[in-house]
Parts: sequence; C-alpha cells; structure tokens
Amino acid sequence: MNKFSWYEAKSVEDALQQVNSTLSDELYEATDEAAVFKSGGIDVFDWVKQGILKPQKIVNIRNIPGLDKISYDRKEGLRMGSNVTLAEIASHPEIKTRYLALHLAVNHAATPQLRNMSTLGGNIAQRNRCWYFRSADHDCFRKGGDRCFARHSKTGENENHAILDNGSCVSVHASSIATALMAFNASVVIVNAEGQQKTVQMDDFFVSAGEDIAMENILKPKEIITEIILPTPSKNTKSAYIKQVARESYDWSLADVAVVMEVSGNTCKSANIVLGAAAPVPYRSLEAQQAMENKTITGENAKAAAEAAMAKARPLSKNDYKVPLFVSTIKQTIMEIS
Amino acid sequence: MDTRKEKFPYGIPGHNLGEIEREIPMEEPPVWPVNDELKVIGKRVKRIDALEKVTGKAIYTSDIKLPGMLYAKMLRSNVPHATISSIDVSKASSLPGVHAIHLIENAPKEGGDGGTNTYPMVKYVGQPLGGVAAESLEIAKEAVSLIKVNYEKKPFVIDMESAMEINAPIVFDAPITQQQDGGDVGETHDGSKGEGNVRGPSTSSFFGGPRGNLEEGFNEADVIVERTYRTQVHTHMPLETHGVVVDWGADVMTVYASTQNTAAVRNEMASVFNLPKSKVRVICEFMGGGFGAKHSAGSFGPMAANLAKKTGRPVWLMLDRKEEHLAEGNRPNSIQYLKIGAKKDGTLTGIQQRSHGTAGVGLGAGVGRIAQILYPCPNFATEQYDVLTNAGPGAAWRAPGNVQGAFGLEQAIDEMAEKLDLDPLRYRDRIDTSEVRKVERQRGAELFGWSRRQPPGSSTGVVKKGLGVGQSTWPRFVTLDSSVEIKIHKGGGVEIRSSVQDIGTGTKTIIAQVVAEELGLQVKDIKVNIGDTFFPVGPGSGGSVVTGSITPPTRNAAFEAKMALLKLVAKKWETDSSELYVEDGQVGHKANADLKMSFKEATKLMRTSQISKIASRSDDYGGFQQPWGLAYGDLGSVQFAEVSVNTETGFVKVDRIVAAHSCGRPLNIGQLESQINGGVIQGVSYALYENRVMDNGTGHMMNANIDQYKVPFSMEIPEIETIIVEEYSGRSSTDAYGIGEPANIATAAAIANAVYNAIGVRLYEIPITPSSILKALRNVS
Ligand SMILES: Cc1cc2nc3c(=O)[nH]c(=O)nc-3n(C[C@H](O)[C@H](O)[C@H](O)COP(=O)(O)OP(=O)(O)OC[C@H]3O[C@@H](n4cnc5c(N)ncnc54)[C@H](O)[C@@H]3O)c2cc1C
Repeated sequence: MNKFSWYEAKSVEDALQQVNSTLSDELYEATDEAAVFKSGGIDVFDWVKQGILKPQKIVNIRNIPGLDKISYDRKEGLRMGSNVTLAEIASHPEIKTRYLALHLAVNHAATPQLRNMSTLGGNIAQRNRCWYFRSADHDCFRKGGDRCFARHSKTGENENHAILDNGSCVSVHASSIATALMAFNASVVIVNAEGQQKTVQMDDFFVSAGEDIAMENILKPKEIITEIILPTPSKNTKSAYIKQVARESYDWSLADVAVVMEVSGNTCKSANIVLGAAAPVPYRSLEAQQAMENKTITGENAKAAAEAAMAKARPLSKNDYKVPLFVSTIKQTIMEIS
Repeated sequence: MDTRKEKFPYGIPGHNLGEIEREIPMEEPPVWPVNDELKVIGKRVKRIDALEKVTGKAIYTSDIKLPGMLYAKMLRSNVPHATISSIDVSKASSLPGVHAIHLIENAPKEGGDGGTNTYPMVKYVGQPLGGVAAESLEIAKEAVSLIKVNYEKKPFVIDMESAMEINAPIVFDAPITQQQDGGDVGETHDGSKGEGNVRGPSTSSFFGGPRGNLEEGFNEADVIVERTYRTQVHTHMPLETHGVVVDWGADVMTVYASTQNTAAVRNEMASVFNLPKSKVRVICEFMGGGFGAKHSAGSFGPMAANLAKKTGRPVWLMLDRKEEHLAEGNRPNSIQYLKIGAKKDGTLTGIQQRSHGTAGVGLGAGVGRIAQILYPCPNFATEQYDVLTNAGPGAAWRAPGNVQGAFGLEQAIDEMAEKLDLDPLRYRDRIDTSEVRKVERQRGAELFGWSRRQPPGSSTGVVKKGLGVGQSTWPRFVTLDSSVEIKIHKGGGVEIRSSVQDIGTGTKTIIAQVVAEELGLQVKDIKVNIGDTFFPVGPGSGGSVVTGSITPPTRNAAFEAKMALLKLVAKKWETDSSELYVEDGQVGHKANADLKMSFKEATKLMRTSQISKIASRSDDYGGFQQPWGLAYGDLGSVQFAEVSVNTETGFVKVDRIVAAHSCGRPLNIGQLESQINGGVIQGVSYALYENRVMDNGTGHMMNANIDQYKVPFSMEIPEIETIIVEEYSGRSSTDAYGIGEPANIATAAAIANAVYNAIGVRLYEIPITPSSILKALRNVS
C-alpha cells in the first residue's frame, strides 16, 4: 500500500473538484497524481492493499450530506442515494414488499459486516473478481496487458467465469445486486463537474468488454453517481431472485437470476429476466423474456425460457457446468412467481 | 529394576471390559480405575483458559509488543523457477524508517543449495529471499516492494502429471537429501532415487513392507475392484499465521513463536546461530492453530533473528495470508491407483496401491498406511512416489497421507461390498478385526439410523439424499522424550512446567485435570505453565502424541510429589505414608477418620519452599510394537455421513455426520468433542470446498487469500454428533491417547460414499463440486 492523502468531500461539487480519475482508468493505465472516489472503501482499498492501485489522493464521498436517503412514493418510485448502505436496503420495509427481488439480492450479497460498510454506488461501480484481473502478477487486457489468462484453453482457471458475451473478457460482473436492479428497470443518476445531471438506464450504465476493455461502466473521471431510481411496479408485478453459491454462508455468485414479471393470473404478460455471473456485465436475457411473454407460468414453459436464455452460451474450458446451473436457476426463479 | 504386578481395566465398558495384569516399575503410581470411578478425569471440564480466550486477553505471538520492537516483512520470489542474477536494495535501504535488510544467502544453513550462486535458486513463487526490518509494518512492506530482484527465468512445471512426463522441466537436477516435509512421524521418503521429477517409491512403513504375493492374491479373487482416485492440494489456513518475535538479549535469545513444537524451534535456532540450547528460550503461550505446518522455525525464524542481530532490537515477523498459502505448507495431492481382490465371502485376497503426489519442492507426498493395515489381507504392496513441482513445499497435515489414502481405500471397500451384494457396514463387520471399530459401527449405526439407507440412486426427486460410511485407523504413537516438572509450593499452590505447548486442543486443561485427580484437588488449584523451553522438554504437537506422551509423566510427577508430601504428614502423625490418602483438598488417614488436615496445611510442613519433581514418559507397560514409541493397538474410528445432492444444480450439502471415535481413556469429553468437530469440519471442507488453484501457465496460486480459498463457514457445517468409545489397555499411568488426527481421516471418504448412495454415480475425485456432480450425471460433457 502506498501513502496517499485523504480528502473529506463536503458536497458533490466539492468532490467533483477534487477527483481526477477513476479506478478503472487507473488500472488500465496508471497516472502519477490519481485522485479517486472512495465510498464504502471496500473495493478501492482492496486494490490499494494489493499495490495495484496507487492513488495520490483518496476523495472520501461517504460523508457527503444528502446521498444517504431512501424514499418511496407511487409517482416517483424508489429513490436510493448512492451512499445508502446495503444493510439499509436490506432492512427497508417498503423495498421488501414492493421490490422483493432487490431485497433478496441484497440479503444474499456479501456478509452482514460488509453490508454495513458497502454503499449502493460503490457496489454497482465495483470491479469484477476475476483472479487474474485482481493479481498484481498478471497483466491482462483489462489492465492494459496483452492477454487473457483465464481464457487459455489449457491453463486458464476459469471455473467462475463468463459463459455469455465472453468474446473480449471472460470475467463476470461482481455486483449481484445489479442483477435485481436491472430487472426492475432501474436508472442511474450521474452528475458531472459542470453540474450537469443525466439519468441513464441501468442497461446502458454497464459497458460491455467488447465496447471498452478498460471499463465496466460509463463513469468517466469527474462523474459521480448520486442516485438510483426504480420505477413503481404495477400491482400485478411479481418478482423473484435466486443466487447460487459454492458456500451458503457467504460467497460470490456462480449464477444469479432476477425475474420481475407482469402477471395476469398465472400468465406472464411481460418479463424482465436478468442473469448475474453469466457475462462481464449483468445480462438481460431477451430470449428468456420473449419466451415467457403471454405464456402460462408452468415448469415446462419456464424450462423452455431457461434453455432459450442459454442458447448462445459459450462455456470455457472449466465452466460448462454453469449452463445447466443457469437452466435450473432460471427455471426455479420463474417458478417462484407462480 | 524393581517391579510390581497390578491389575488394570482392559477392554471396552459395555462390551468386553475385563482386567489385565501388568508388571510395572515400582515407582509408577497405582492403577486408575475406569472413568466412572474418577472425579475429574473423563468429565466435561471447562478449558482453564476459556475466559482468557473468549475475552481476547490471551496473548498470541502476533500480539507481542516489546519496547523498541521493529516490524519485519519477508521478500519473496514472484517467479516459479529462476536463478537470481542480482538484487538491488538501494531504494529500500534509503527509505526512512528502514533499519536493516537481510538477504538469504546460498548457504545450506540458510536453506540454499550451497552452489556457486550468491543467492539460492528460485524454485517456486513465494520462496523467501530476504527480509526488511523497519519502524512499522507499513514501512517494511513498502521497502520490500522497492527491492528489485533480477531473475534469469527458467522453464517450470506446476501440474503434477505434466511434471511426470519425460521432457518436463526439471525441478531439482540432483538427489535431494533435505528432510521430508509432507510426511508423517517415522516415515521416510527417499529423494535420492528416481528419475526426472519422480522420486521414490516408498514401499514400506513402520508396519513393514510388502506382504505375500499379489499375483496369487488376485488369482484367488472372485471379485476385483480397480480404480484411480484423485485428491487436491489443500493448504493449512490456521487462523494465526506463522511467525515469531525475536528478542535477542545480551545473554539469551528469546523467541516468541506460533509453533506446535517449542523444543524443535529452540533446537533449530540454537543450531543455526551456534548457541547452546540453554541460551535460546522459545515461548508459545497461546497458539492459533497449526494442523501440522508449525513444527519448525521455518525461514522466518532465522530471518527475524538475523534482523534482530543486525539492529540490536526485538523484531516482529508474522506472515500474511498470502505467504501462508504460498510457502508455509500444504497437504500434497494424490493420484492413487488401487486394486483390491476378494473372495465371494468377502475375504480380501490382495491389495495393490500405487500413488503419485506432489509436495511441490518438498517430499513426503504419500498416501499413508491405511491400505496396508486397516483390513487384514495376506497379499499387499504399495508404491508411493513423490513428484517434484515448482510449488511451495508440503507440510504434515492432520494425519499426513492417510486422509488421502482413506479416501481411496474406503471407497474401494464400498464398491467391493456392492459387488458382493453386501451392505457396506455388514461387509466391514465381516473383514474388520478391530474390536473398537466393531463397537463404533454398532453404536454409530444406531445413532445415525443406518437402517434408513436405501439402494444407491434410489432417492427420488431433484434433491437426492444419501448415506455413507468411512473408517480409519491411526497408530498410537508416543514421544518418549516428554518431561514434566511439578512444584508444590509451601503454603499451597501447585504448578506444572513443561515446554509442551497447547496447540489449541486443551493440553493445559488435561494436564491440570490429571494433577487435580492425583492430588485430590480441583482443576482451578493447578497452575499450568507450559510452552516455554526453559522448562523440561515436552513433545511436539504432532502425530496425536501429546496426550499419550505428556499425561503419564504428569501423573507420575504429581504422584512422586504427593508421596514426598505425605511422608511429611506421616511423620507428624507418626504413621506410615502408605496409610494416608488425599481427597477433596484434604489429607486423611485410611484407618483413623480423626486424622485430617487440609492439603494447604500439609504443605506448611515442608522444609524448603517447594517440593519439585520431574518425571519423564516411561515405556509402555507391556512394551512397544516399535521401541521408539509405537504403542500396540490403534485408534480406530467410524464416521457416518448424510448428504443431499441437487441433481439440477450439482450442489452437495452435508447434512449430518456421526463420528464414533476412541482414544483409550478419554480425559475431557468436551475437549474431545471439540477436536472431533474440528476434524470433521476440515474433512467436509476437504471433500467439498478447499482447493489450491494454481495457474499452470504462470506458476502462481490464484486463490491465495481467505475469500477465494474456500473454507466452510457456519452454514456449510453439518450437524455433528460424536460417540466416544472408552477403551482401556493398561499401558501407562493414564492410559490416554490423542484424537487430533483420527478425527480427520474418514470424513471425506464417508461423504464420497454418501454422494454415491444419493445419486448412484461414484465420484473418484475431490473436491466434489457442482461441476463434478453435473459431469458425473452427464448434464454436461
Ligand atoms: C468478501 C466480499 C464479498 C462480497 N460479496 C458480494 C456479493 O455477493 N454481491 C455483491 O453485489 N457485492 C459483493 N461484495 C461487494 C461489496 O458489497 C461492496 O459493494 C463493494 O466491494 C464496493 O462497495 P463500497 O461502497 O465499499 O465501494 P468503494 O470501494 O468505495 O468504491 C467502489 C468503486 O466505486 C467508485 N464509487 C463509489 N461510489 C461512487 C459514486 N457515488 N459515484 C461514482 N463512483 C463511485 C469508487 O471510486 C470505486 O471505483 C463483496 C465484497 C467482498 C469484499
């Protein structure tokens, strides 16, 4: 860990004045005077402790007033400030009743201690957990290197890696909460140093590795997430979430699925089906969504949708088990709705 | 030598308890009856240091802080195979706060090969190269990152099967004579024979070599089971990492060490620094786990001492989790070929075993003695090969080799039972001659509900349930070089001193129990001062020897001190000391109830400030099977596993384990249960979770942390029920043995057998993962 200075940001504007880079930009190509945001600090300091990220300044945005509110009303939907902790989301009664899949996703993320520390903004902006990407001894594409170690057909240790959209990078996105957020059609509010604010759909917040190997999201230096907004679900909306892990106590997802469905009786009118730990960014399965549209929610239809979701799967040398694992998990998650 | 004859309890209460007459040396204490008739022994006595531990007051090595102390960090290689052309420390040494840098030289004493290079050849990622002492750990770490090592890289090989190929890069181009790392007490693996990276084979153990004629054995067989089993590399992961604090004073070098063998660390440090043993003091008061990997001073011990010498200040050097994974020990993997033959009635006619394992740059990657001795079989041969690879050295790991061996054999026996159309438990009844395992099978099957077991694969639904069983054996070893001093202080107070350390099993508490029982006192009256080499030398915590080695001399010393005290009382009461007894803190007269005196009053009769007696482990009553301390009989165990297997997702959950064990005379039921729980949990972890992931392309371990190296947490831990079978053999004054290793041997095999019972497809490899289950079920190719 290198020595760095610490700046306690007092406002969003203040923070944006102080910051000059992002963790992703630094990992791809380090600069000398990097100043990056720290919210909960869990991910940022992981990289600093590994000696891979060497910031000169840490801009602490954790204590900026006003970014830690959760509010719900029928018109505005659910608004969560970027500094809201996962623990706060997990215990919010309105979220449990109206956004069950999000409630479940948050409850199955990390550990209670980590949930107390983790912020929503930090969670969706955290980097992936590919052990090559996280190793100081492996310069992979995402760190400006010249190869993907995980993809190697003989030596790649890729059991936890991507089976979909894995042409450029085979990592899977680390946020299992984003899986549920995306299924609720969440949007992200971003403010820049000029004070401009934009609201982007979560689907557009994440950046595929093919588009930009250095990035997992659209955040640029001098941009900050201030809020995440979820539209109000109709009264016929049901949701479910399942996360598969090697260890139940706590673990990173091997496969997680969020389903948010508009139902009429036992018929699916429309579905949002999002897969976590399948691809380098949370993966909306248009195939599965389509397959369920106007279908009754039966085991057979759910299975057909699950298989449709996996039609484009291209497993690596050690992760073909993820295909049946996803088929089973998608099917089960859909069936939770019935 | 004067001897006398005494009758000892012999056998298993509730089964075949009888008596045996032993001729024992005159000075040995009188026989203890069975536990039911004792006050402190065999009871659930709370750990004497429980409060200190749970309140955080217990001082572990990493907690030690001394005035002027510096913090050290090791420099380690980050390439798997190379010669070092130069090391540039200029930037590091000019960093403010850095006090000394020590580089490991290519001298045998420093772990080098003594060749012509200045620095040792690098043979694995994480190999120690040097160290820095600085004012803070942060500065030391930064300094290490500023040291530039220039490598001339060489081809390397990580994967064992690749290392066995003819054209593989050679890890050691000369015979190796270094001591073995991964192996077991008394077993030797020869690093001088063999070709390429393959060394050995080892074909014998202290139970002998090959028996009979295998070919004839297999010709006689009606049924043959022939399989290859695979086990992974498993790293130790004790909560407290390896490390020391060295305080090299003007007169004595004091080493605070996280070690399971204070005496061995003392001997090593004395030898490396050419000091008399009297001038090295190793202290380990509390120990945060070792599992077999903490028997030596390692490279960090001498490193801290060298830095202390250079700076004249105490030096703290604890490793971090990554160093721990890379360089401080692992349980070697195995690929085991096993062929067993049996007649129609089940009688075994032949067992053939051939194994390869890699302990990285170390030796000792065998599969133990389970196949050799668990079941009688006239024809047997084993060939156990060590394969050298460019990875961190193995170390002994809770029943070295035998856990791997049990995983193979106990599955083969299950498969044989099925071929013979016999229930696996009934089959073991037929071929197993051990009385203790017979009782364990009976009591275990009843508690477990073995009769619920259905034919393999017959469980319906997506989640299938299965039941399985596995057995094990462990030798009764003792370390004869085990001594204890007792002091009874004038005016009250009893103190025990020995260098033996409490690795966490509760050694302190059982020592106090033995003394309390002998002196008619309570456990709280006994102060146990152990883990200090200024006291008489006790055993290392390995081979499950501690209880069997240290409790007899403890009792003997207490007995001798008691007799000396009673002599004083007898003189006062004008009677003979043989007429006196101690009980409930009182000295009394057997024939005269009026004569009574508190223990404390009695100690006031002493002429000097203390009565002090030292006793050492005497030979077993009736002798040893091997004179160095291999006792007769085994420590048998039977474990039952109940699992659920999700056939769609491939997840396996161990729901329940019933573990039936014996360890001679049980001393403390609560602590025994803790040990068994720990062994079972590590077994579950071995079967399903832990796995060192190495990148064969770069030679790095990819999961060298506590997140991706998966140990089980609370939700992964099954319901564990233990059965402790009391078994008396009248072989020492306590007749007690350890349980640490036996508790860990059978679990993975029992789980694998249960998984087979659930899904009807057998897995020959651990860890069992969703991937391997789905492959076995052909859900994926
Ligand atoms: C052992 C472990 C297990 C975990 N398991 C899970 C899991 O199962 N599921 C899951 O979803 N997560 C999991 N996590 C992630 C964890 O919950 C945190 O959410 C995550 O590590 C980062 O959150 P943080 O608030 O500490 O972010 P930080 O470390 O402070 O920041 C992370 C990144 O986001 C940037 N950033 C932070 N806030 C903003 C903002 N407002 N605007 C712009 N950029 C910002 C930072 O600059 C940094 O690049 C796990 C983490 C650990 C260590």
